[in-house]
Amino acid sequence: MSVPVTMTVNGRAVSDTVEPRVTLVDFLRDHLGLTGTHVGCEQGVCGACSVLLDGVPVRSCLLFAVQAGNRSVTTVEGLDDAILQDAFEETHAMQCGYCTPGMLIAARGLLSDTPDPSEDDIREAISGTLCRCTGYVQIVEAIALAASRLRQDERHG
Amino acid sequence: MADPARFISTRRRVREDRRFVTGTGRFVADIRLPGALHAAVVTSPHPAARIVSIDTRAALASEGVVEVLSGAGLPDLVDPIPNALDTPGICCYPLAVDAVRYVGEWVAVVVARTRALAEDAAELVEVRYRELPFVVDAETALDPSSPPVHPAHGSNLLYRRLFSWGPVESDFSAAPHRLGFDLAWGRSSTVPVETFGVVASWDAGRDLLDIWASIQMPSFAEQVASCLRLDLNQVRVHYDVDVGGSYGVKRGLKHTVVAGLLARRTGRPVRLVEDRLENMAGGDMHGPERKFRVAVAFDDDGMIRSLKLRALEDVGAQSGRAPLQLGKPVSAIVGAYRIGSVAYEAICVSTNKTGQTAVRGFGMAPTNLALETAVDRVARHLGMSRFAVRRTNMIRAHQFPYRIPSGSTYDSGDYHAVLAKACGLARLDRLLARRAAARAGGRVAGVGIATCLEPSGGNSSFEALLNPKNTTTTWPESCVIKVDRTGLVTASIATSTSGQGHETLTATLIGEELGIDPDRIRVLHADTLSAMPGNTPVASRMAIMLGGAATGAAGRIRDRALAIGAHLLGLAPGEAEWSDGAAVAPDGRRLSLGEIAQVAHREYHRLPPGITEPGLQATHVYQVPTGGTLPDADGRGQMYPCYSFAAHLVYAEIDRLTGTVSLADYVIAHDCGTVINPDIVRGMVIGGAAHGIGAALYEEFAYDGQGQFLSGTLADYVMPTAHEVPDIRLVEHCTPSPLTSHGQKGVGEGGYLGAPAAVASAVNDALAPFGVACLDLPMRAGTLSDLLATATEQP
Amino acid sequence: MKAAPFEYVRPASLAHALELLAEPGPETRIIAGGQSLVPMMAMRLARPGRLVDIAGLGALAGIGRGDDGIVIGAATVQAEAERSPLLAAEAPLLAAALPHVGHVQTRNRGTIGGSIAHCDPSAEILLAALALRAEVELASVRGSRRLPVHDFAVGAMVTAAGDDEMLVRVLLPARPAGLAIGAAVREVSTRAGDFAILAAAAEIGLDGDGVCRHLRLAVGGASPVPVTAGAAERALLGTRADAGAIREATRLVAPLLDPWDDQRASASYRRRVAPGLLARALETAAGRARSPEE
Repeated sequence: MSVPVTMTVNGRAVSDTVEPRVTLVDFLRDHLGLTGTHVGCEQGVCGACSVLLDGVPVRSCLLFAVQAGNRSVTTVEGLDDAILQDAFEETHAMQCGYCTPGMLIAARGLLSDTPDPSEDDIREAISGTLCRCTGYVQIVEAIALAASRLRQDERHG
Repeated sequence: MADPARFISTRRRVREDRRFVTGTGRFVADIRLPGALHAAVVTSPHPAARIVSIDTRAALASEGVVEVLSGAGLPDLVDPIPNALDTPGICCYPLAVDAVRYVGEWVAVVVARTRALAEDAAELVEVRYRELPFVVDAETALDPSSPPVHPAHGSNLLYRRLFSWGPVESDFSAAPHRLGFDLAWGRSSTVPVETFGVVASWDAGRDLLDIWASIQMPSFAEQVASCLRLDLNQVRVHYDVDVGGSYGVKRGLKHTVVAGLLARRTGRPVRLVEDRLENMAGGDMHGPERKFRVAVAFDDDGMIRSLKLRALEDVGAQSGRAPLQLGKPVSAIVGAYRIGSVAYEAICVSTNKTGQTAVRGFGMAPTNLALETAVDRVARHLGMSRFAVRRTNMIRAHQFPYRIPSGSTYDSGDYHAVLAKACGLARLDRLLARRAAARAGGRVAGVGIATCLEPSGGNSSFEALLNPKNTTTTWPESCVIKVDRTGLVTASIATSTSGQGHETLTATLIGEELGIDPDRIRVLHADTLSAMPGNTPVASRMAIMLGGAATGAAGRIRDRALAIGAHLLGLAPGEAEWSDGAAVAPDGRRLSLGEIAQVAHREYHRLPPGITEPGLQATHVYQVPTGGTLPDADGRGQMYPCYSFAAHLVYAEIDRLTGTVSLADYVIAHDCGTVINPDIVRGMVIGGAAHGIGAALYEEFAYDGQGQFLSGTLADYVMPTAHEVPDIRLVEHCTPSPLTSHGQKGVGEGGYLGAPAAVASAVNDALAPFGVACLDLPMRAGTLSDLLATATEQP
Repeated sequence: MKAAPFEYVRPASLAHALELLAEPGPETRIIAGGQSLVPMMAMRLARPGRLVDIAGLGALAGIGRGDDGIVIGAATVQAEAERSPLLAAEAPLLAAALPHVGHVQTRNRGTIGGSIAHCDPSAEILLAALALRAEVELASVRGSRRLPVHDFAVGAMVTAAGDDEMLVRVLLPARPAGLAIGAAVREVSTRAGDFAILAAAAEIGLDGDGVCRHLRLAVGGASPVPVTAGAAERALLGTRADAGAIREATRLVAPLLDPWDDQRASASYRRRVAPGLLARALETAAGRARSPEE
C-alpha cells in the first residue's frame, strides 16, 4: 500500500514511503518528527496545521503527503524568521501556543506579498486560523510590528 | 515590600513564548513513547438505547489491532466516574454499560498500531441497539413523566434548592416597581484548538502508571487512581506538558481511565488523543445550558431592593462536576450591586445530551448575563440611563469590605472609578452620538454596557455548598524553591499550564522577593508524586495562590540566606539587610546569594548556630485567604477571597436586512488589583472577551428534535475569527487586595464574564426602538433579522 | 479522522487520467486541490478506492482567451485566478467572487474546476459561473462535450458529469464591448470565509447614457443550485437601474428560490433576505460601473 514520496522540508530533501492516506501534517509529525505543526480539526477549519507549500500557506491536513511530492514545505521549525518570531514574543501574541505555528505561517504568507499591511489585511490573513486564547488583538499587533521592523530592516539592510 | 517593585507590573517578556514561536512546545500529541498504541472510539448514534450486543470479533481480527474494549465487563475492572453531588442511582463509566444516553457516547475503544488502523477497526465493531425514549429539553426533563436518563435515579432532577437570603417577599411587596423576564444561555463551551489527549504507560517493574495529559483539573490523579482501583501513589501525572488551551474544560477523566486500563492490559503505552469529532460529540466538554426566570423589585430611582433568580441547568447525561456550576454564582449573586435580598433557586436536570464540564467562570457568565439584563431592564422601565442605574446601585468604594446577602465579603474595589474609566476611554458621549447618527440614518445601532465581578482564588466551597458530604475548606497551592551551590534558583510548581504563564508568574515573584533577575530563575512543572499540594489553574486562582506560594517560599529562602549572610559578615541577626540579591552590612559589605549558597551547601562549619539544615531550599504551601470555614445552614459562607471587577462597553450595529451584528469600539476597564505581568493580564482579559462574544453571537452545541447532535465540527460550531473580534481596548484600575501577597486578584475569567452581557446589552439597545428584544443566546443573525422584520418601528 | 485506505495515481497526461477514470473497479475520484474532498474523506463521508491527482497536469491549468471569451483550466488554483489581471478585466464577477471563497490557505490549494464540480449550493464560484452563463467542458475517453453550467449543476452536490467524465475547462462568455462594467458579490455568512448562508452576485453593464444594457444576477444558498434571476434581469435592462428599480426588480427572485431550514438560518429568512442581498450586490456593482476607480 505504501508508496515512495520525496519532498523538500525546511530546505532538506526527505524521502520516505507512506500510505497514500497519510496527510501532510501526519507525515511531518509522525514520519519526520516535526511536531511544531499542530493538528486542531483535520477538516480544514482551524488553521493550526498551516505550513508553507512552495512558499504559500496551505492547510497541511487538507492534502495527502503524496500530493506534496517534489514540492517544498516549510514548517515553523524551518521558518527562520527571527523578526516575526521576536515580534510575537514582544507583544505576547499567544497564550497556550497551540495556534502559534499556524499564525506565524499565515503572517509569513501575508508579509511575503504585502510588506505594509493594513489592520484589515492582517485580520484577513489570519482569519483562517483560530485562536481561542488571545482574542487576536496582540497577534494583530505582533504582525504589524514585524511588518514595520522588516520594512526598516529592508531599508537599512 | 518597602522597596518599590522592580519586576512586578513591568512589561517583561513571557518566558513560555519562546518555545511556542520556535515550534518546540511539548504538547501531549508530541509525546512519543516507543511501541505506543493508538486508540479510536466507537460512539453511540442514538440519544437513548439499550445495548443489545457488541460484536468485536471483526475489529479484533483487523490489521494492527491489539485490543478492543467495550462496556461489557467494565464494571469489573474500574469504578464509576465520580459524581460531585453523590447523586443516588447515577453511575457513569467511561464506556457505556448496557445503555447509551447520548449521541456520541463512547461505546467501545479500539487500540491499534496506528490511529488510522484503529479507525478502520472501529468501523467493524458491530453494536446492536434497541432505541429508547429520550429527552433533550430541560423543562421537559423536569416533568416527572419524561423519559428518565438514569432510570435508577428515579427522575431527571439532579439537584434543586431554593436559597433565600434576606426578606425577599417583603422587599418585593414594599417596592414601587417590579419586573420579570425569562432568558436563556445556549449550550456552548470554550472549545480549545487542541482537543483532549492522554498518553498512559504502565511500568510493571515499578507498579506505576505514568500519565501525560492535556489536563487542567483539580484532583485528577486522585480520581484516576480511584477509578482504576490503584493506590494514589501508583499514579504519576506529569505536569511538564504544554496544554493547548483549556479555559476549564480539559478534564479527560474517562479518557485517562480508558487509556490507563488499556496500557496496563496491553503492556504498551496507549495514546488516546481525541479527534475533533470525538471531542465535540463525546468529549464531555460542553458548557452550561441554562434557562433563567428573573424578577427584580426596585425603587423610583432605580435602586434594586431584591432579586429572584431561578436557574435551570441542563447538564446532559453525565453529571460529573457540572451541577456545581450553579454554586459559584452564589459567591457574587448580586454582582456589583447593593441588592439587599435574594432568592435563588438552583435546579439541575439530566437530558440525553453530551456531558457538561467546567467552563471558564464556572457558571458565572450566564448568571451575570441574567443580572446585567435585569439592570438594563430596570433602566428601560424607568426611562433612566443604564449607566445611572448602575451608578445608583453599585457598592461604593468606602463600603469595602462589603458583605453580600449570600454571605461572601468582597475584599476591595472602586466600581464607580472603573465604570468612569470605561466611559472615559470609550468616550461615551461620542459613542451615544454615533448611535444617534446611525439611527437617524435608518441603521439599527446600540451601545452595550455590562459590569462583572470575578470571584477569584477560591477554596472550592461551592462543593460543600451543594453537597453536604463534602467538607473541603482549603484548596492550597504550593511552590518548592531550591538554590543550588552556585546561587542559581530553580522552582518547582504543582501544575501544568495552558497559557496562563505560570512560569513567568513564579519567576517574577521569586525574583522580586530575592532581588534577582527573574530570567535566570528556572521554573519546572513537577509531577503529582513529587509535587507538593496543588489544585491546578482553575477559579482565577493562580496569581493569588501560586503567587502566594512562590512569594512565601522565596521569603523563606531570603530569610535563611540573610541569617547566614549576617553571620558570615560578623553581624548579629537583624543587623544586615537583604538587597539586590545579597546580604548587605550597614557599612556596605555584601555577600551575594551565590556566596551564601556555597557556604550553605558545603561549609556546615560556617553556618550560624541554630541553622542545622544544609543547603538552601524552601517549600511553601499557601492556604486560601479567608478559607477554612464551611457554609452555614442557609448556604451563606465566604466562597472566594478576592473580587476583581470590570466594566465592558461596546457599540453594535445590526444589519437590518441580514441581522448580522458587527461590534466596534469595544472597551474594558478592569481592576484585578496589582498586575503582575501586564501583557499576560491584557491577553487574558481580551481573550476572555472574545470567548464571550462567541457565546453571545455564534457558538452553540445544537441538538435537533431527534436528539441528534448538529455541531460536530468546527464548521458547525462557529467560533469567532479575527474578523468577528473587534479591536478591544483596555484601561486598568488598581484597588489592591488586602488579602494577597502583592495586592493581586484573579484575572483569567473576567473577560468572559462581562462580554456576553455587554454584547447582549448592545444588541438589545439596538433592538429597543423597534419594541423587540432578544433574550436567547446565541443571538444569531437569523433570529435578529426575524425580530426586526416582524417589528414595527416606534416613533 | 483518518481517511479510509485508497490508491493514489498521478497520471502523466490528461489522456492517462481519462483512461483511469474509464477503468472499471473501485470508485475513482479526481483530486486537484482537494479542499472539499479531503475533509469528507477524513470524516469517511467519502471513501474513494482510488484518487487521480490532476494537479500537475499543465493542460488543465491556466487562464487564457478563447474564441468567444475566457477559458479557465479546471485545475487552475483559486489564488492564481484571484491574482489574474485578465480575469479582473474580462470576468470581473468571477474576480469579485474569489475573495469570498474560504481563506487564503484554502484558495492556495482549491481550484476553479474543483469548486464547480463539487456543486455546493452556497459556493461562490459556482454562483458566479451560473450568473455569467458560463459553460463547462467535460472530457472522457469517449470524447468531450460542452454544456452550460446551468445544465451541469443538477442539484446540491450533484452534477451531470458521468462517472468517466472530468471537468477540464470553464468557459466564460466575453464581456460585452463598449459598456462600463461593474460587478459585486455580497453574502451573509456567520463568519467571513464560512460557507455562505446566502450569496448574491451581480454584474451590470451601462452604456454611455447610464442605461443598463447587460445584467447578470444570481442568488446562492437558497436553493439546491444557485438560481439566475432572469426576470429581474429583464425588468432592469433598458432602465437606469436606480435604487427604486433595483429594489422592485430583485423581488422577482423570491419565487425562484427553494430554501431550507438549517442551524444557521430558516427558510423564511433566506427567502426574505435574498432579494435585499441581491439588491445590495447590484447597487454595489452599479456604483462600480458608474465610477470604476472606486
